[in-house]
Amino acid sequence: MATHSAESQLLGRRGVNRRAFLKTTAAGGAVLLIGFHLPAHATDPAQAQEKPPINPFNAWIRITPENNVTLILAKSEMGQGIMTALPMILAEELCLDWKQVSIEQAPTDPKLYDHGTGGSGSVAGSWLPLRKAGAAAREMLIAAAAKRWEVGADTCRAENGFVVHGHPERSFKFGELVAEAAQLPIPDFKKVPLKNSRDFTIVGHDTHRFDGAEKATGTAKFGIDSRPDGLLYAVVARCPVFDGKVASFDATKAKAVPGVKDVFQISTSGRGASTTGGVVVLAENSWAAMQGRKALDVKWDEGAAATESTEGLHRQFVANAAAKPRQIVRNEGDADSALAAAANSSASKKIEAVYELPFAAHVCMEPMNCTVHIQPDRAEAWVPTQGPQWAQGVIAETAKLPPEKVNVHTTLMGGGFGRRYQADFVMEAAQVAKKVGKPVMVLWTREDDMQHDFYRPASYHKCQGVLDAQGNLAAWKHFQTSTAIAAKWSDKGENDKGLGEFGTGATVPYKSPNIRIEYTLAHSSAPRAWWRSVEHSSSGFVVESFVDEIAAAAGQDPLEFRLKLIGESSKIPQFGEDRQDSPPLDTARLKGVLKLAAEKGTWGAPLSDGDGRGIAGFYSFQSYVAAVAEVSVQPRNLKIKRIVCAVDCGRVVNPNGVRAQVESAAIYALTATLKDAITVDRGRVVQSNFNDYKMLRMNEAPPIEVHLIDSDERPTGIGEPTVPVIAPALCNAIFSATRGWKKPLRVRRLPIHPDDLAKA
Amino acid sequence: MAITFTLNGKSQTLTDVSPDMPLLWVLRDVLNMTGTKFGCGMALCGACTVHINGEATRSCVTPVSSVQGKKVMTIEGLSEDGSHPVQKAWIEEDVPQCGYCQSGQIMSAVALLSKKPHPSDADIDDAMRGNICRCGTYQRIRKAIHRAAGDAAKA
Repeated sequence: MATHSAESQLLGRRGVNRRAFLKTTAAGGAVLLIGFHLPAHATDPAQAQEKPPINPFNAWIRITPENNVTLILAKSEMGQGIMTALPMILAEELCLDWKQVSIEQAPTDPKLYDHGTGGSGSVAGSWLPLRKAGAAAREMLIAAAAKRWEVGADTCRAENGFVVHGHPERSFKFGELVAEAAQLPIPDFKKVPLKNSRDFTIVGHDTHRFDGAEKATGTAKFGIDSRPDGLLYAVVARCPVFDGKVASFDATKAKAVPGVKDVFQISTSGRGASTTGGVVVLAENSWAAMQGRKALDVKWDEGAAATESTEGLHRQFVANAAAKPRQIVRNEGDADSALAAAANSSASKKIEAVYELPFAAHVCMEPMNCTVHIQPDRAEAWVPTQGPQWAQGVIAETAKLPPEKVNVHTTLMGGGFGRRYQADFVMEAAQVAKKVGKPVMVLWTREDDMQHDFYRPASYHKCQGVLDAQGNLAAWKHFQTSTAIAAKWSDKGENDKGLGEFGTGATVPYKSPNIRIEYTLAHSSAPRAWWRSVEHSSSGFVVESFVDEIAAAAGQDPLEFRLKLIGESSKIPQFGEDRQDSPPLDTARLKGVLKLAAEKGTWGAPLSDGDGRGIAGFYSFQSYVAAVAEVSVQPRNLKIKRIVCAVDCGRVVNPNGVRAQVESAAIYALTATLKDAITVDRGRVVQSNFNDYKMLRMNEAPPIEVHLIDSDERPTGIGEPTVPVIAPALCNAIFSATRGWKKPLRVRRLPIHPDDLAKA
Repeated sequence: MAITFTLNGKSQTLTDVSPDMPLLWVLRDVLNMTGTKFGCGMALCGACTVHINGEATRSCVTPVSSVQGKKVMTIEGLSEDGSHPVQKAWIEEDVPQCGYCQSGQIMSAVALLSKKPHPSDADIDDAMRGNICRCGTYQRIRKAIHRAAGDAAKA
């Protein structure tokens, strides 16, 4: 295996574990290290409330005497609509007229804000804090008006940007009160009165995206559009092999390319940003930089990873599946004895299946880029990042400046999907900017972006189940081996158990007296990290495919069988490191979305020959999503007729935005299910652009229907939880559609290849 | 060598630009017109779509020398205030998510509507399949094109 020892040492010296890291970031302290399970934990509202109340007029709300209202957005907009949803929450409690609201991106300031954006956690984590901030500001404005009128505050009310009192009515605009209001004592956030949801006029109502117009006119500024005066452009030649380094280079030809200004080397960085260094080509424009890189002659020290391949990883998976011992994630009853007994019994049935999923790349449409200008006493940066405070920390460390001297502008992002939580692209830009001393953008090409990603782990799953004579689930056993994210980032390196990541595969909603979930880490030098829905994308596929296989073996309807196995409503705890105190799966809510998807998806209605329906439901990011896929299958040919989704993400802030996220996640998941795998050969990623890592396109996109459960529960995640149900719903539909075939098709390896749909 | 073309209705002359530099980089890095986006550099994704003499064209593989004497229109040339019917439809249907591909999507849609004022779903598939949207806004793009065409029933 490759050079993990050095990295492990680095991490060991930092001595940071996940919990310690989370606590320091919650306190606004640590800025340098990249978060481990931060996305999941960022959704914890209790943690978000730990911060002492800050004056909302300092952090969140700016009102001019003319009554122009600007709400501050501290999360990063990457398409998920947070620029609209979060200000809606503030505006609701503040009793604003939505039409008067402007929105501005917050300056990067970890003392004031929790900027990290991911884990489908922004609305979930900001819901109460922003309501309280808005409510506190509203109470302060009311108090200021009451003081002027010399009446009790309880006789005044706020509405549409005014404080109103008495009959006949008199009023002040917020703008007339704000100077005084901002000086008043900040209400106790524990007691500040929140609006009754019955009175909501903004939250829960379809609202247009705030950024729709700028994105329809080409005026929206993404990171790649940053153009500070005197900007130079750079690309970096990186070793194509994981963890490989520059051995030597000859810049003569590169420097001869018109427009190229300099060629120099940057070093590897610590595990926090995880860059491997490379050769920088600096130029007057992007094109010249790219041409210069083509002319560059670099010799690489490929290192130990150069022997790795997808085939080798598969052999490792198979070997792990045959080997012991394994980590035990969950163990109830005695699944192994039940399986052994079933093998010798004619009354019960044993079902076995093996599933495999490949590495997957994020592929943001805007390739990675970062623009930095480092001066002796200060730095300025334009960063399309999900973690502005880490970008600030990385630049500060490289520039040898205190973080508060680094002004990070969080730009719009052309997609994030977890990729932009990383700081590798920031670190490189900081290194280049430090050397150049002028504003410089480090731009990644599509090939750079696809071949130097942090991939969704590859995984392999062996599932075994037993049906007893009465058709009950007598045993459920699931062994997984994967190239865990935890092992890439943990201070234990490749020795990390990686259970935190695999816990979700163990939160099986189906009741059985004998459940056993096992895990073995597989080793790889491929960088791994959070890809939209993270490990749930694998867990959802496996759990919801396997239960469908058991239903078929039982000769039962897949929906009825699921509902029967779930049985009476209960709470299923989460398993694995760092997960035990996460909210349990509430099976009543899971049944709710399964039934709604089935109803809207006309489950049970007659099907033509060659047509099929499949269903899947899954719990992730504290939300519940079910999907019914309807397909038509001919040998080697699949047509998806429609996908119907039912979603329970608690109270919905912007229904229009939630529907958009479900549509988006469904297409994202379909691409991963139907298109290409990221494969490895000689230690490098084979795929490089949209010709060999294809995306779903207009002519292939099925209609997607979204139905929302009306709920008063607190809001939970929505950017990701649709991803896990799409592949299993689709593959289960393929099985249904091929029921008339001599051997109906079970797709157990993703992505689906046309050969998988050939008639046996 | 000087290269002269019409850009969004105005004459544009470039000197001291490498003739093989793709139009995309001339727009973005030389003229600082950043509405046209870089996505793949190989005419595979459509993010860089502009109109050349009215035809939707991938500017990332179009050498600037080849537009000599031609009419180039970019997203910035559609309207100054988002009032073009296609832009209005995009806003009304809340098409954009991350929005990065949408300049190219809109330029492809405008070119389609100029040839087929009332496109069918199949026409939309054909004209728009060259434009990738990683956020998966295809369903809303389809609706917005029908809306811009005034074909509410199809949307």
